[in-house]
Amino acid sequence: MENKEMKKTGVSQMFRSLLSRQIFIPIAALLLLAVFNLVTDPSFYKITFGYNSAGDPVLSGYLMTILDYGSELAILAIGMTLVTAATGGQDISVGAAIAISGSVVLRVLCGTNSRPETLQAPIIVAFLISCVVAMMFGAFNGVLVAYFRIQPMVATLILFTAGRSIAAWINNNELPIISEPSFGYFGGFIPGIPVPTPFFIAAACMAVTALLLRFTNLGLYTQAVGINENSSRLNGLNPAFIKFLTFVLLGLCVAVAGLIKVSRLSSINYSVIAKDIEMDAILAVALGGNALSGGKFNMAASILGAYVIQFLTTTLYKFNVQSDALSAYKAVVVIVLVVLSTPVVREWLSALWKNVSRGQQGKEAA
Amino acid sequence: MKKQFLAAMMAAAMVTGLTACGGSSTPETTAAPTTAASQETTKAEAADEGEDEAKETEKAEEAAAPAASSGELIKVGIINNDPNESGYRTANDKDMKEMFTEANGYDASFAYSLKNDEQITAAQKFIQDDIDYLLISAADTAGWDSVLKDAQDAGIRVILFDRTIDADESLYEASIVSDMAKEGQTAVDWLKGQGLDSYNIIHLQGVMGSAAQKGRTGALDEAVTSDGWTLVTQQTAEWNAEKAQQIVQSVIDSGESFNVIYAENDDMAKGAVAALDKANISHGVGKDVIVMGFDCNKWALEELLNQNWNYDGQCNPFQASYINEIIKTIEGGGTVAEKVVIMEEKGFDASEITQEDVDKYGI
Repeated sequence: MENKEMKKTGVSQMFRSLLSRQIFIPIAALLLLAVFNLVTDPSFYKITFGYNSAGDPVLSGYLMTILDYGSELAILAIGMTLVTAATGGQDISVGAAIAISGSVVLRVLCGTNSRPETLQAPIIVAFLISCVVAMMFGAFNGVLVAYFRIQPMVATLILFTAGRSIAAWINNNELPIISEPSFGYFGGFIPGIPVPTPFFIAAACMAVTALLLRFTNLGLYTQAVGINENSSRLNGLNPAFIKFLTFVLLGLCVAVAGLIKVSRLSSINYSVIAKDIEMDAILAVALGGNALSGGKFNMAASILGAYVIQFLTTTLYKFNVQSDALSAYKAVVVIVLVVLSTPVVREWLSALWKNVSRGQQGKEAA
Repeated sequence: MKKQFLAAMMAAAMVTGLTACGGSSTPETTAAPTTAASQETTKAEAADEGEDEAKETEKAEEAAAPAASSGELIKVGIINNDPNESGYRTANDKDMKEMFTEANGYDASFAYSLKNDEQITAAQKFIQDDIDYLLISAADTAGWDSVLKDAQDAGIRVILFDRTIDADESLYEASIVSDMAKEGQTAVDWLKGQGLDSYNIIHLQGVMGSAAQKGRTGALDEAVTSDGWTLVTQQTAEWNAEKAQQIVQSVIDSGESFNVIYAENDDMAKGAVAALDKANISHGVGKDVIVMGFDCNKWALEELLNQNWNYDGQCNPFQASYINEIIKTIEGGGTVAEKVVIMEEKGFDASEITQEDVDKYGI
């Protein structure tokens, strides 16, 4: 009898620990979507091999589309997770910042002529300059949040409002178009490699992040600052600097995402590029089960969350859901997540679980 | 919590103020560059906007000074949408700025917003400033009655450009607009003329409810029902190239066949073409898929010239000369013959377009 009870609690504990594991939420969401697609139309998973109009081999299909278009979001989710963990707030200016850094890339590549025949600078130079610019804007946000102690959402509201105009000024309100095909590789395919480049870029970002978190104290410090600023200060950390640093790192993520975005079309539209992507990035962090009030975080869960959002988007497109209704579906996801993560519901759920398992035990005892 | 919210609201208000000071959205008097020299300065120093603008104003004033001294300037207040919204809007704003200069006898103030309430506030400000003419490109059709009545009481004449509003005709002198339904009809007639065996269309719509979307969708919807065309998908990409790319990508992934892309602006057509290129689907004159766009951006007309696209419908952003004529008529004591002036608009076929067309009509 006692043995049986032990087993029972073992199973229930395992279930509960799985439930309480952070990564459970995005995995569950992903499975739900995957099963839904499998049931309604298995051809969703078909991947075909073909050639694009430049004659290069490419893989195509819904899954490749998800890997392709989810990449920018995954990259942004990395930076957003760090900012969320350290400051307990979110940066809502990433979309505008992508417009700025993308505009910088094009400006450097085009020089003074908005339709250059040849590139005026190597792409790597343009990218590095855009990194510096994006990190400077990140630093601007970081200073406001870390040193002036303005709420992150309010501090980043400045760039959110002004960013797209700044992006337009950088290119003198002209519309640069780059005809050089090699610039399109970053948002498309590298000749000879049939997997979309954005996925490789995202994978590289993830690898770098993993190494950073493994071999530096970045993860520990950001969580410490997010959990309790005062005690981390007493332990010799500099909370303000760490907050500042997370914003600069987010700036770097923005520059990478910006390069992919402008490369997709070899052009830019200041007012709509990366529109509303900040909300998706925040949603990715939330979907990863991270507390939006800061503290502990799980990077893998955030990244998975980003791909789940793209999975959802692609699924909805497949079913011809009106694209202006997409945000409504995402809103439903947010509501469910927010409600599930409130202490009231959590307590109620764990009490319910206890009751259920106790009830079963009672039955067995009788 | 309440305090925090209040603080957030106040900061938001401040931020709006701040950006306004940045020079993009207050009703401030900026004279547009009139000389080629000042335009060159603009190009060279694009990075530093504030400095730039000051210089522009200086130069323009210098250039305009002799002409301006001859008579009293006509004060106009111009309410427009954000010039960054699209290439169309940028061209429209540039056209207005080039026309309403001191050299042409105008003292112009500009206000920009994509939001109706902000535009109405700007209009009220202009009325208080006692301008002579109020030129409006309204963000939304509703809510303008009372402010237009105020303008009428103050003896200010109102001219609508680019977009109409739901208000009594007596409240404004004239409205200079594009006929979006006609634009759509011209495009659809052209498509009919192509005589395809079957029409399987991907329809990329603009922001739902906008006049351009309604007009351009209406014509196509009608043809779909009357001629038995098939809409493979009908989605709004909200004027956004990235969204258009994803929607077309989704159709390609599903394996459905299509032979026409009817995009309600050039940006979306460009996004669609990016998806086609990725899947090696040929497009353009004599190819598998017909690509249609609107707005006649210069780069889009160049695509036509290169035979990569098939059709582009014009949406004329150059209303300033029409407005100028109307103001001159009223100032001369005449009456405006027509309340609603519909601008002439063309549709370009890739097999007929010439370099001259690109230079003349490209925006």
